[in-house]
Amino acid sequence: MKPLASLKQPANPVLIFWIAIGLVGFFAVPWYGVEDFFKFEWLIDGYPFDADYAPAAFLLGQAEKLWLAPLILPLLAPFAVLRKRKSDPLYARVLIVAGAIGLGWIILQGFSIGIRGWNFGWLQVFFGDLNDRQYGMGYGGMLVAVAFLFLFTQGIAARGAINGDVFVVSSISGIVVIVTIFVFFPIAKMLTAAFITDGGGYSLSVFASKFFDDRLWGLGCLSGGRCGVAWNSLFLAVLVGLITTTLGLIFALVVTRSGFRYKRALRALTVLPIITPPFVIGLALILLFGLSGAVTTFFSDAFGIQPTRWLYGLPGVLIAQILAFTPIAFLVLIGVVEGVSPSMEEAAQTLRASKWQVFKTVSLPLMRPGLANAFLLGFIESMADFGNPLVLGGNFDVLSTEIFFAIVGAQYDQGKAAVLAMVLLCFTLGAFYAQRFWLGKKSYTTVSGKGDSGMHPHMPRALSIPVLALAMIWAAFTMVVYAMIFYGSVVELWGVNNSLTFKHYITAFSFRFEDSGIRWSGAAWDSFWTTLKIAGIAAPLTAIVGLITAYLLTRQTFAGKNAFEFGTMLSFAIPGTVIGVSYILAFNVPPIEITGTGIILVVSFIFRNMPVGVRAGIASMSQLDKSLDESSLTLGANSWQTFRRIILPLLRPAILAALVYSFVRAMTAISAVIFLVSAEYDMATSYIIGRVENNDYGLAIAYSTTLIFVMLAVVGAMQLVVGKTEIGRRMSQSRTNV
Amino acid sequence: MSINSKAAPVVFNNVTKVYGKDVVAVDNINLKIEAGKLVTLLGPSGCGKTTTLRMIAGLEMATKGSIFIGDSDVTLLPATDRDVSMVFQSYALFPHMSVMENVAYGLGFSGFDKSETKDRAVQGLDLVGLKGYGDRLPSELSGGQQQRVAVARALVLEPQVLLFDEPLSNLDAKLRRQVREEIREIQQNLGLTVVYVTHDQEEALAVSDEIVVMYNAGIAQIGSPRDLYDAPADRFVADFIGEANIISCEIIAVSGDTATINIAGFIHILPSHGLSVGPAQLAVRPTRLIMNAPSGITVTVQKATYVGSRMEYTLKAEFGTLFSVSENVDEPLKVGQSIVVGLDKIGPVLLPKI
Repeated sequence: MKPLASLKQPANPVLIFWIAIGLVGFFAVPWYGVEDFFKFEWLIDGYPFDADYAPAAFLLGQAEKLWLAPLILPLLAPFAVLRKRKSDPLYARVLIVAGAIGLGWIILQGFSIGIRGWNFGWLQVFFGDLNDRQYGMGYGGMLVAVAFLFLFTQGIAARGAINGDVFVVSSISGIVVIVTIFVFFPIAKMLTAAFITDGGGYSLSVFASKFFDDRLWGLGCLSGGRCGVAWNSLFLAVLVGLITTTLGLIFALVVTRSGFRYKRALRALTVLPIITPPFVIGLALILLFGLSGAVTTFFSDAFGIQPTRWLYGLPGVLIAQILAFTPIAFLVLIGVVEGVSPSMEEAAQTLRASKWQVFKTVSLPLMRPGLANAFLLGFIESMADFGNPLVLGGNFDVLSTEIFFAIVGAQYDQGKAAVLAMVLLCFTLGAFYAQRFWLGKKSYTTVSGKGDSGMHPHMPRALSIPVLALAMIWAAFTMVVYAMIFYGSVVELWGVNNSLTFKHYITAFSFRFEDSGIRWSGAAWDSFWTTLKIAGIAAPLTAIVGLITAYLLTRQTFAGKNAFEFGTMLSFAIPGTVIGVSYILAFNVPPIEITGTGIILVVSFIFRNMPVGVRAGIASMSQLDKSLDESSLTLGANSWQTFRRIILPLLRPAILAALVYSFVRAMTAISAVIFLVSAEYDMATSYIIGRVENNDYGLAIAYSTTLIFVMLAVVGAMQLVVGKTEIGRRMSQSRTNV
Repeated sequence: MSINSKAAPVVFNNVTKVYGKDVVAVDNINLKIEAGKLVTLLGPSGCGKTTTLRMIAGLEMATKGSIFIGDSDVTLLPATDRDVSMVFQSYALFPHMSVMENVAYGLGFSGFDKSETKDRAVQGLDLVGLKGYGDRLPSELSGGQQQRVAVARALVLEPQVLLFDEPLSNLDAKLRRQVREEIREIQQNLGLTVVYVTHDQEEALAVSDEIVVMYNAGIAQIGSPRDLYDAPADRFVADFIGEANIISCEIIAVSGDTATINIAGFIHILPSHGLSVGPAQLAVRPTRLIMNAPSGITVTVQKATYVGSRMEYTLKAEFGTLFSVSENVDEPLKVGQSIVVGLDKIGPVLLPKI
């Protein structure tokens, strides 16, 4: 029966699977990258003999790319141990050696030989001229590399790492490898780019001259001039962080601790900006307060006040970012404010503290981690925000726009972009560390698992009146802004010709019925479908990577777990702009050559949004009693079966939340996307920004409005589904020991 | 077909478990659990009993030493591959599966076909008296019923060893007695090897063939319930299992297996337990003190408490206070009264002086 079954098995099916994947990668599919990952034209275009589409084996057969030949040996080596037992030391040794050599060789050849032959001068000197070249790896290279990686992990699992658990060892290695490739490698590449001279050499003085540029660190604004972009960014981000945290707290308090009647409406209102592309708020502000804006015109007509350009600059960017990022702070803080155990507050009340004293001495200090998190989020989002400064910045330059113009502008200076991105990264990482330092190691967990039947006390009156008033003003302002967005999309030409029209929608989304089917003739359809496709591919991948990481972090112990956690959360502190720049620098050349493709967009979304999936997964997994997995293990299920049959079904709501969140983020993101789009893969947001730059506001706003409604539908549909699953999820296990 | 037992013994050889760098949870223990016996690991919280249980299950791996189940060395085998099942303190029933799916869960991984899995699961539920409850969700059962589902789920796999981690702690007092009797009955009928963790000494005395008392990551004493109660090896065991008066005394003479002791002038003869002349301690259960004995220690009654079935007295002696229990509720002693208390022939045990 159960015992020893796994030891007596003649051939391990998982091992066969990975060997087969490796062989397919080497013998059956094109080794090098094809034009488009998702299209299969190569099948009828000269495959398998055309050098562009040939599998590695066919290339070797034609005596080309001979440096791939050594890979055959480690690919075939595992056959030798196919019928050996896992406990046999030879089994582990062969797999480890084959996996390590294979993977090592792929990396080595990939970095050594590029599109101009040898990548390093000393290789040329040593081996002589190569007279050959290679481009980025494709399906074949990917499959073979993956196969080697998992053969290697099977080997170390068989040696007894993590109780010999293949699933856990493979998951850890897999995530470490992809995070290394798609987070650490690009960042490292970017750091080195900052030191490259025009001639291609490395020099510290190049870095220094770019780093200590007056445009970056100048303090002219103190004496009436202009300040450096670094100071601008920092000042703006601190302000936005502070104000959004305060406003978020105010909203959270109104929703949880006041007798306010329309809490649901308020909650819905705060979710709106999450599904709005961030710069859309900037556009609405222009419609309101710009030179020909509604409010400006009203004041100049009524009071004869001369219209000014006050909005373009710090005030405009600040207002737009506050509107855009307060909901994020709210969503962080609502969890924390609700999480403060009512019994703590009730205990304080019975100890004769007044309502105000309870709030000041118990509730507020317990919310400290939430406040720190909300500030950090606001700070990073502001630093990374690209759309609003571009639309509203005027002469107020910030790092993210400066980076953009360094890359796409006339100056085309990768080194400068890298230096600016480094400064940006230092700011956000600094904030990340400062937050950890401030919170220290204190535990603020207040949820005890025991039934907590108490009620949150209402705010003291002296606090509730100003809080409610502020919340009302903000809510009203948000509603006006959204009304403007919708209204602006149906106006002919804002401020000039105010007649109502649907022409912008027609330009963007017209279609015709023809004999051959529907013809999508609108200008926006291309980018719209691309966006849906990319977001649809990225969302499930993000959820999978996030949940597996969360599972490893909450349920497994292994050496280096802290470093693992830090690595996976790091991309959270890296602004999208930095990701964008570093991806361009890293993935424009072999061995991984994916700029201009859809893959680079998908990949950037996965690693931008993964930390959110991880956090969501950790939060819901720590609510599942660990004895559930343990009992599954003692009943004979292995950790993969336990993950699939116990943890995943119980996490359904968290999975859906992660899916929808990453979908929505992928549709609204702009900061990394703007660097990575190409003619073929244009995303909705970058298309809209392009329209704005051409002063085509009507179309831009109509498109944005459509996006908002599409995402509303998605979020609504999700809430229906999640609402249903939650009913069947009563936990009877939560009783705790007496 | 019926549910059988494949009971196997469990052996620990010099097993140590260290958490992190230097937290020693279990320190170099040796243990042999015979097949077909119910053995209880008993001790205060933090003594290492749950860690020991989890090492049998394979949920924790021993840092040093080796563990055998039956004839095979399982030291490095993870939980999935061990033929052991466990009933958890929280029951750990899967909330998204019906009772039947819960019970059949482990069978699915053991190579049974569908119909056999179903038969066995039905039989398991039958065995614990839950026939016909298969379609319900765990949340629709009472605490006692959930407990039985957890037992059935573990039993149907016919494990070599069945583990219980404080299985009664979530039940109310009356149900506890009933469930523990049911567990014992099933164990004896099927001849299972059961390892049972509890911190409740009464529960341990009631269900066990053998009790392993653990203290400070080590084993304090192993023995049958009667051995532990009547002949505790040291002061900790005497105090932890039942209540005991610990009285300082002096061994004045030893001849063969018997010792003569002096307690504040009262001379008494009892088994020496290998001790030699010199200061020692005497452990006496409250029920083993004889009120109004012809010879003994002179005491005054300090407190007298009526608890229905018996009287409880706090007595003041020259060397400290004694706690005693008397069945005589009709003629209670009065507070302030002076009496002579004697020692029973069996019961009092000599312990080495700490």
